[in-house]
Amino acid sequence: MFRTCDITGFKVCLASQKLIRINAVFAVVSLLIAVLGAILLVFTRWQEVHLLSSPWYYRILTLHGLNALIFWIVFFEIAGLYFGSTVVLNTRFCSPLLGWVSFILMAGGFIMVDVMVLQGKADVLMTSYVPLKAHPLYYLGIILFAVGALLGVGLFFGNLVKAKREGNVGESLPLFTFGLMAAAIIAVMTLLSGAVVYVPTFLWSLGLIESVDSAWYRLIWWGLGHSSQQINVAAMIAIWYLTASLTVGGNSVNEKVSRIAFLLYVLFICIASAHHLLVDPAVSSTWKVWNTSYAMYLAVLASMIHAFAVPATIESAQRRKGYTNGLFEWFARAPWGNPAFSSVFLAIIGFGFIGGITGVIYGMEQTNIIVHNTMAIVGHFKGTVVLGTTLTFMGITYYIIPLIFRKKIVAFKLAKIQPWLFFFGIAILSVSMIALGMFGVPRRHWDITFSGAIFSHDFNPVIGIFWVLMVLGGVVAFLGALIWLLIVVISVFFGPAVNGPEDFQLSIAEPAPQADHGHKFIAPGTLVASLIFMAALLIFFFLNWKWLSAIWEIQ
Amino acid sequence: MSLTAPPKDWYIKKIARDEKGWIIFSLIICLFMFFWMILWHVYGKQNPSSITYTTTTAEFTQLHQAFSDKYKIGEDNNLPVVMPPAESDVFLLGQMWSWSPVLVLKKDEWYTFHLSSKDVVHGFSVQPINMNFMVLPTYDYTIKFKPTETGEYKIVCNEFCGIGHHMMIGKIVVVNDESELGQYGITKTN
Repeated sequence: MFRTCDITGFKVCLASQKLIRINAVFAVVSLLIAVLGAILLVFTRWQEVHLLSSPWYYRILTLHGLNALIFWIVFFEIAGLYFGSTVVLNTRFCSPLLGWVSFILMAGGFIMVDVMVLQGKADVLMTSYVPLKAHPLYYLGIILFAVGALLGVGLFFGNLVKAKREGNVGESLPLFTFGLMAAAIIAVMTLLSGAVVYVPTFLWSLGLIESVDSAWYRLIWWGLGHSSQQINVAAMIAIWYLTASLTVGGNSVNEKVSRIAFLLYVLFICIASAHHLLVDPAVSSTWKVWNTSYAMYLAVLASMIHAFAVPATIESAQRRKGYTNGLFEWFARAPWGNPAFSSVFLAIIGFGFIGGITGVIYGMEQTNIIVHNTMAIVGHFKGTVVLGTTLTFMGITYYIIPLIFRKKIVAFKLAKIQPWLFFFGIAILSVSMIALGMFGVPRRHWDITFSGAIFSHDFNPVIGIFWVLMVLGGVVAFLGALIWLLIVVISVFFGPAVNGPEDFQLSIAEPAPQADHGHKFIAPGTLVASLIFMAALLIFFFLNWKWLSAIWEIQ
Repeated sequence: MSLTAPPKDWYIKKIARDEKGWIIFSLIICLFMFFWMILWHVYGKQNPSSITYTTTTAEFTQLHQAFSDKYKIGEDNNLPVVMPPAESDVFLLGQMWSWSPVLVLKKDEWYTFHLSSKDVVHGFSVQPINMNFMVLPTYDYTIKFKPTETGEYKIVCNEFCGIGHHMMIGKIVVVNDESELGQYGITKTN
């Protein structure tokens, strides 16, 4: 059963639309739990308030991590995979029944895990490093969720096969779906790592296996924990290209280059789970250097390629539409009133300048010594997962509401401000956390005044200002997230219906004219911005190696 | 359009000059960073060790006990204060929720640390220099340190290890010679 979309012209499979909707709803519920947890955590880490007790701090930290990093993102990605493999390809869903089985497994696992955590039966944090032990149902919940997600990824491939058989795709997939396919391949590796690590851990929690080795656990667990963030990177960048098309009518300046960059992700990005083992026993420096650098930084190269290609796609389209003055007229005249565009552009900036730069440098073997398990790491991944992935997903939701849920966006004026609030909030929070980490403040720590301990340590008093900034950023970001959640929930459940193109508040841009825009460079503004980015990276690189050289000598 | 099949010539389309230049420049930076890590092993003075021994919690506890008894010079908050000679092996034990023993080291001397845990995973974070390593049960992580500044250092645990995680804090004192011990509240008793 299909309907033909009166806005985009796509044939929308109704069974697929239902599955996209239900997975997206659960994604939003997960994000709501994560965001409520986040604000409690911010006010606990800030010692002036120190809101939660020690057990509840670690409990809510476990809850926040799982809901933000796993449930919100994977539910959303499954919805995205279904969209990219059916609606975009005008194809029907290969097996709606299995789609529902996948959803029920995921939802069951999600509920099981959250209930266990809130009952205090899994105070082990998201990483649950053995030999810390949680209730068996906690591990079972994660296994069910992972199996459900793996089935969902399998259905994505099934949809591609169906589309091909029915002649809906030619020789090449659209770039958006191609990017999603890269994410799906990475997802298979990631979810299998999850099965390999959690099945023995589950049996151990039941008492059927005597012990699980702690070094082995960390190695395999990060095959799930880190690689799942690499699924996000691929999915997020696929959405960046999609948004460039929808908002300014741009097409990748060179599809071959963009596709090769996705291929580099598939080949190399998963080995970077070594980032988490750089100061671990049991693995050698040779292993660390090779893996942490994604085999000579070939996956970083892929990100650098996208970092140029996505803004260049937007710039080139804008220039061909006539915005050719100076280096940045295309930028100033971009559709900033479209919340999807502003979300994505801010996500590109945040992901690159905050998440990307810190990620590359903290992920080097030796510099990791001065940041491992400090707040700087948390600051880094707020830059990648929150400013990058979450803000991107928030942005594209402004298209999903009218196109998939067929509802108008309520409080559209507020929606235009929301990405800015969220961006500046998280950016301030993230940079403050990075600064705190530089002064040695540990992550996952309830009380850095060490109450009740035999010794104490006074951190540099300058950190006081960064705690205040972190709280400030946290509150602003919380408001930004809350506005988004309210807009989405009210629009979807109580909003006026979209009955035709006249109710569509965003726009879908016409493809930009094909003709050359006459400049000898395809995207001179982007080139200048990219060079500024590289300069920032190199400055941060040398600063960190300078700081490293000031500590004790280590062999 | 990223929602439709690519144009016919997508595979043979020439890469624009600026994009090509950017890719080459990025590749150079990538290779530079990769070889920098290797060169730091040759010329740099801070490199994580590749030496690990497997052990058992019982065996390591015994090694740690023998080490503490051998070089004990006093007590601090019921923990032994231990001053091992330069170049010797140091057995530091992490457990819920303490680091043992308190160490007295000499500036500019090398010590071979053995880090392990009696129970769960811990994080060995020396403050205020901010130097961080992981401590795992049944693994003896063997790292050589040379303290380059005198002073009092704290070992904060920075991997979650249970409800008392925030109370897990140890102490290292670095001196030029024994006469400075008084400044750090340590009296030599044996």
